Amino acid sequence: MRFSKDHEWVNLEGDVATIGITAYAADQLGDVVFVELPAAGKTVKTGDGLAVVESVKAASDVYAPVSGEVTEVNAAVSDNPETVNDQPEGIGWFVKIKVADPHEVEGLMDRAAYEAFLQTL
Amino acid sequence: MSDETTKFTVLHAAHKALGARMTPFGGYDMPVQYEAGILKEHLWTRAHAGAFDVSHMGPAFLDLSVQGGSPDERHAAIAGLVEPLVSGDIAGLKPGQIRYTLLLNEDGGIIDDLMIGRPVDPEFQGRLYIVVNAGGKEVDFSLIGKAAGPAARLDRADDGALIALQGPEAAEVLAKIFPGVERLGFMTYRRFPVGRRSVRVARSGYTGEDGFEILVPAQNAGDFWNRLLADERVRPIGLGARDSLRLEAGLPLYGHDLDQTVSPIEAGLAFAVSKKRLKAGNMRGAARIAKELAKGPSRLRVGLKVLEGAPAREGARILGPKGANLGVVTSGGFAPSLGAPIAMGFVPPARAKEGARLAVEVRGRAQAAEVVALPFVPHQYHRPAKPSA
Repeated sequence: MRFSKDHEWVNLEGDVATIGITAYAADQLGDVVFVELPAAGKTVKTGDGLAVVESVKAASDVYAPVSGEVTEVNAAVSDNPETVNDQPEGIGWFVKIKVADPHEVEGLMDRAAYEAFLQTL
Repeated sequence: MSDETTKFTVLHAAHKALGARMTPFGGYDMPVQYEAGILKEHLWTRAHAGAFDVSHMGPAFLDLSVQGGSPDERHAAIAGLVEPLVSGDIAGLKPGQIRYTLLLNEDGGIIDDLMIGRPVDPEFQGRLYIVVNAGGKEVDFSLIGKAAGPAARLDRADDGALIALQGPEAAEVLAKIFPGVERLGFMTYRRFPVGRRSVRVARSGYTGEDGFEILVPAQNAGDFWNRLLADERVRPIGLGARDSLRLEAGLPLYGHDLDQTVSPIEAGLAFAVSKKRLKAGNMRGAARIAKELAKGPSRLRVGLKVLEGAPAREGARILGPKGANLGVVTSGGFAPSLGAPIAMGFVPPARAKEGARLAVEVRGRAQAAEVVALPFVPHQYHRPAKPSA
């Protein structure tokens, strides 16, 4: 699993990346009450808005950590937004993206680097 | 992050010890939530009792400089100093009564909303207990001080703690500490002794629940807070849940739902306007307010239930069924007690009728919404039956 500075995680299998928000991000957001996901088939570039997560207090953007095409979205998080708080790095995933360039994922942080990054915040 | 201008309430260390997440609000570093989180804190308050530190607000006492005459004469004199600034009938306050009122500008716009109380004790007549919003403190106190001139002295009491205890179990909890507090009616207050000092307990709040707002001297604040939290029915509640609770209760928030352009009638706060003083033309902005009262204002604050999609937050456009721009959301979010998004905002009166189908625009998309009666969640205020005269 790899991590972005915007607190998304990426799990690459073949050329398909499963993407969600990290446990740290879910904790910072607080109780998630609404998740807006893109439509399958949408093409995104790194840094584009990918999804929106709403807590009781505020709306937060989730940015695409890699470029590619959205192949699948997780209805479980739009139907039951609390899933994001319960298992952010598991069944609370957001989308699967067929990545344009698998090497892009290697440019993201590994867990140790991400944990170290969190210490700087 | 705090800087040299950030202020701290006397309970700041207690919040940190409870694991609160802090945020700047009204110039203070305040708890936005504790470990339970906004959703649980909100629901706990509706079911049990929540303790809120609201010491960022501005409590003060206004006292006549020269105390002469009967208690009623002294009250009339102090009320007469403040009334020219506000919308309400301050002279008509009964001993121990508190009134929600509005500081008005010359156009009838709202400078702030505030509470003004009359002490119950005969020896303290000629005094008003005033509580203004955190953000309005400097302006409000300066206005009131100037209006009173040498005839009265304004003593700020915002160096102590103002603690709200809200929820269906609040009265039972507080009665263990201050026996007799359960007999206070909604919007009344009295003093209770704590050692050689006094706390002021008001039966009021900002959640729609029964509850109290308690002014505690700084020296007693920590002990009192800990004593409240020692009761298993009480949990600490942050400003996040305070906001979602007041939104469900349909209560406006200054700087969001109310500002200097909004009149009391537009805001749906006609109850806070003294009809007697208005009729006499003895009120700032009287011409506009009287006209709006008679003929209707050009916009009205309404409650909106968002029927689909994401919460509509402050600034979201309110649209008609055919996409016409009607107004904007001034407060909005997810209502934990309803499990759905709700909002308040201003629309023309023709669109303000209950059941009207409108839309709110979130991220460029129109989502169906319906005008509903305020409050969204019924108020549970403690209004004892009046003894028959």
